[in-house]
Amino acid sequence: MRNANLLPILPQQLEPLFFEYIETIEIPLLASCISAGFPSPADDYLEENINIGRYLIQNPASTYMMRVKGNSMVEANIHEGDILIIDRAQDAADGLPVICILEGEFTVKTFKRIKDKAFLVPANPAYKSIEVTEEMDMRVWGVVVWILHKPVKL
Amino acid sequence: MDSAQAGEAVTSLFALADCNSFYCSCERVFRPELNEKPVVVLSNNDGCVIARSNEAKELGIQMGVPFFEIRHLVENGHVQAFSSNYALYGDLSDKVMQTLSRFTPHVEVSSIDECFLDLGGFYKVDLHQYAWEIKQTVLQWTGIPVSLGIAPTKALAKVANKLAKKSRKANGVLVLTEPYHIQKALEATKVEDVWGIGRQHARFLKKRNILTARDFAQLSENWVRQHMTVVGVRLLKELRGESCLELEEVAPPKKGICTSRSFGKRVSSFDEVQEATATYAARCAKKLRQQGSSANLVTVFLHTNPFSAQDRQYAASKTVCLPVATNSDMELIRYANIALKTILREGYWYKKSGVIVTGIVPEGHVQLGLLDPVNRGKHARLMEAMDGLTDRFGRGKVRVATQGFDNSWQLRSDYKSPGYTTNINELPTAYVR
Repeated sequence: MRNANLLPILPQQLEPLFFEYIETIEIPLLASCISAGFPSPADDYLEENINIGRYLIQNPASTYMMRVKGNSMVEANIHEGDILIIDRAQDAADGLPVICILEGEFTVKTFKRIKDKAFLVPANPAYKSIEVTEEMDMRVWGVVVWILHKPVKL
Repeated sequence: MDSAQAGEAVTSLFALADCNSFYCSCERVFRPELNEKPVVVLSNNDGCVIARSNEAKELGIQMGVPFFEIRHLVENGHVQAFSSNYALYGDLSDKVMQTLSRFTPHVEVSSIDECFLDLGGFYKVDLHQYAWEIKQTVLQWTGIPVSLGIAPTKALAKVANKLAKKSRKANGVLVLTEPYHIQKALEATKVEDVWGIGRQHARFLKKRNILTARDFAQLSENWVRQHMTVVGVRLLKELRGESCLELEEVAPPKKGICTSRSFGKRVSSFDEVQEATATYAARCAKKLRQQGSSANLVTVFLHTNPFSAQDRQYAASKTVCLPVATNSDMELIRYANIALKTILREGYWYKKSGVIVTGIVPEGHVQLGLLDPVNRGKHARLMEAMDGLTDRFGRGKVRVATQGFDNSWQLRSDYKSPGYTTNINELPTAYVR
């Protein structure tokens, strides 16, 4: 059954389609939760089909993907090599992971507002928060709405 | 009773949204450090400049200037040049058009960077505010700056858009609904800049001291009909605020399709010219299928480089009438090849070849020959399968053998940016350091 490979399939499935084939990819959702124990065939029945494109992407016109390089967001589940799905139509509310442009480079950090100051906060104790000043000419480029990564091999 | 009889105000209203220096803006979306810096985009084969940012214009770089004339500026780092990346521009254009279509259900995409919006019925809203909202949303969602001109007719919306781009005060948004403002805008528009007035008509009008759009709008209908046919009259009425050009929400099928390119290098071998021509024929066939048409005539042309003083010059073309109209790669390639063989001569360095298909008819209206030996059902199924594979795996992955696999004749594009939004291996990178 296709759903058994849900996570590993995602990046490959998205590769040729981008937003053209979105309507066509539907993946069955099973009624029961996946338990980590012995699989029970009795639970294994279809509840509905999920259109994976529509599930992941609310605003196709403003959605982009980017690849991650670096490790300052590991505790926010953003790892090197991950693919981020970014929506430029969303507001950069406090506490959301955002893509911003700093000195001509795209970077991903958590956006935080403390009183009248704005900060870009990493999710790795090895790095410091960046206080955003006017001279930095920082612009928010979009909000990370999904992170695509392969499951870790144990 | 129609609205005119009822004495109601005319409520037609169009917006023209035009992307600013579109190709350059697309390159800047993923290269933000290039904002406010001189950027140019080069034609196929890196031949000449086809798009310039405002900063590049300020440096005096002209449209169409050969690349070698500004190469020193690029090599010294004064200007950033890009080879054209149509996959990126096409995808970003789709995003812009999708965003614009959120603001009205009726849109006409008139080119890759331009779109008319029917805002009829929006008279009661604050149009300036609405236009500003459209502009800001497109910029925020897609990264592409647009200018908007709003007016009661399409021709006036064009005038408004042009002024919106030029005027610092307008800052990219101009609403022309007040008669006084419309007159001022027409005064400020040169007659040669009016949408639909070609070079010849502009020369003709200027000789008669008709220098601005306002001068033109004051002409008599009879005089315009006499000298510029009914098309001119329509334009006259449009400039006077009477809407004659409707929104074309579905683009009409093209009447002729041409695919031609300059070769990346000088080519003399028959095989290479043949491969290139076959590839162009296949692209024409694909375009025909996309618009649901077939062609009756195929023309092939080729020529040497007219700017090369040391080469012998030769140019020729040949048109072949097909027995049955077709949109099959294999058939068009076959007939393009027949045409090519009649004009290809040995001993020349060829610079460019191309294929033009004409006599285009709807796919369903093809007249079959009585003794037609081609199994058309099979061809159609095969083409459908090939198109499916092409859409999935990219252009050229499946092809007719005549198109070859070496393709050393193909274009040069030394400065091409990645397929940021169309190729998963070339996604932009976000750094988390």
